[in-house]
Amino acid sequence: MNPPNWLRALGRISLWVWAVLGLVFLFAPILVTVVYSFNEPTGKYNYVWNKFSLAGWSDPFKYPELTDALIFSLKIAVSVTLIATILGTLIGLAMVKYKFRAKGFIGAILVLPLTMPEVVLGFSLLTLFVAVNWSRGFVTIIIAQVMFSVSYVATTVRARIRGFDWRLEEASLDLGASPFRTFYKVTLPLIAPGVVAAAMLTFALSLDDFIITYLNSGLENTFPIQIWNMKRSKIPVQINVFSTALLIISIALALLLVVVNNRRSRKLAGLEA
Amino acid sequence: MTSPAAADSAPVIEIDHVVKRFGDFVAVDDADFSIGQGEFFSMLGPSGCGKTTTLRMIAGFEQPTTGAIRLDGVDVSKVPPNKRDVNTVFQQYALFPHMNVFDNVAFGPQSKKVDKATIKKRVTEMLEIVRLTEFASRRPAQLSGGQQQRVALARALVNLPKALLLDEPLGALDLKLRHAMQFELKRIQREVGITFVYVTHDQEEALTMSDRIAVMSDGRVEQIGTPTEIYDNPASVFVAGFIGQANLWPATVMQRASDCATVTALGGATLTATCHSKVDGMGAGDAATLMVRPERIAISLTQPASQTGGEQSVNATVTDLTFQGPIVRLALEAADGSPIIANVDPDADLPLLRPGDSVWASWSQNAACVLPTTLNQQSPLQEA
Repeated sequence: MNPPNWLRALGRISLWVWAVLGLVFLFAPILVTVVYSFNEPTGKYNYVWNKFSLAGWSDPFKYPELTDALIFSLKIAVSVTLIATILGTLIGLAMVKYKFRAKGFIGAILVLPLTMPEVVLGFSLLTLFVAVNWSRGFVTIIIAQVMFSVSYVATTVRARIRGFDWRLEEASLDLGASPFRTFYKVTLPLIAPGVVAAAMLTFALSLDDFIITYLNSGLENTFPIQIWNMKRSKIPVQINVFSTALLIISIALALLLVVVNNRRSRKLAGLEA
Repeated sequence: MTSPAAADSAPVIEIDHVVKRFGDFVAVDDADFSIGQGEFFSMLGPSGCGKTTTLRMIAGFEQPTTGAIRLDGVDVSKVPPNKRDVNTVFQQYALFPHMNVFDNVAFGPQSKKVDKATIKKRVTEMLEIVRLTEFASRRPAQLSGGQQQRVALARALVNLPKALLLDEPLGALDLKLRHAMQFELKRIQREVGITFVYVTHDQEEALTMSDRIAVMSDGRVEQIGTPTEIYDNPASVFVAGFIGQANLWPATVMQRASDCATVTALGGATLTATCHSKVDGMGAGDAATLMVRPERIAISLTQPASQTGGEQSVNATVTDLTFQGPIVRLALEAADGSPIIANVDPDADLPLLRPGDSVWASWSQNAACVLPTTLNQQSPLQEA
């Protein structure tokens, strides 16, 4: 009752075709961005391929407003990553380790920012800042981004430390280490992969966020907002250059993380000294 | 009932009327005993008897609901574990997986801010004692179960605590390794001279290693004594049944003296047996349980002459014989139908017995014990 060979061959081929099409669908836009960073556009808009050029790469900082926006975005991303990672990790730890009243309720609230439409979240924050008459800018952007990033960090950390052996903490205390020393000598090194993954996710989310940030940024421009603003008058090739550079850096970081984690788990499993 | 070890010097650990409740559940019910300097003290009992909770209270991971725990005379009931001078060997070792053997052992003295040279010296010494010198740079995952066990021991001993607490430390090892580690533990204890508080549910382990044993059940300490005292002179039916094998027969007290009692049992036989001095409130007419260990019963075809040693004997019928290597196990039935188990030396000068044969089972007076009958009486013969 096996299907005939030609049908199986057809099945195999169509599976490959579908897989390739799926990957093309996912990666073609990114590839276009990269390729167009080497374009020499005919007009102000880098939409149509003209000819190969390194002009964009040799003069990436041609538009100071774009450069400033990128630097501003990076500053925010670093601050948000720091704050959200610390807060989120502590929340994640508490959610796994302790039993406390309203734990279920807090767990539900924690995932709310992940499921709520961004525009609702952003607008409610804006309403709050306006109501207390707080001028929008660097600080409000950080507050807004930390608010939703904490959820991502806490959820990621919580998932990663489910199997943590809490008796290791008891062993550390038992040997005379203070609770603080126990945390940074035993707990933190062991949950570090989860924390680093959460931090990288936060960094990417912060750099990337548009809606919530746009609603709470006042007169400041982050990198995505700057692109949004510029697109009415021009789309310079430098946008592609910066995007490509960010892409390469994030791929490199992700690869590094994979390599480091692999070596680490091999060590913990005793496969390597 | 204090053993020499406990009487020698001031106790290291005092458990003073400790009660521990988790909600409505009473995990430890009025534990009250002390452990002497250099003693190998075991807490023995089935799971859920409160032995681990008691150990965790000594370590500082749990606080007594009422009562006090004293370490060298100082009340430490409210002192956090990192400020108590006791160390624990955990059930699954709980070695730090991200540190090598040396760093695992050095963790304690490092936490106590001992200087580097001293740490190196002490860790090296400790690794020598547990015979792991050449494994210093290995990760825990690269070691066998027995080696991990010894790292856990070295890590807990390197601080030279006032007492070492061991929570079923051999539970994860296979039988052969467990026997080897029992000797190893005793050797190390003698070498370092530190008090060991050992939690186990394995009666054989407790009997082999301990100076004294506290037998626990349902949160209560049933009896404390040397292995011999507990084996020969159990204070309750539970202790008799939990440690070793025991014939337990219902009996009625006829006469009670301070350290012995005369009872009728096994279908009207009048028997005299020792009676634990702690067993008070038991007098003539009361229901009791008579206990005799199977290996203390001798078998003969004729009734042995009553000697001055107080030989006790009853008539019984053979129901079954099993050859078990070092012993022959005889199942008998007394006149009232009560089962009697006797473990006999295969070399014993016995005629060939068959089921249905009538024999005499006898034992000396001090091999028998009269125990108070509890409501949830154990089945007559407990398998070891």
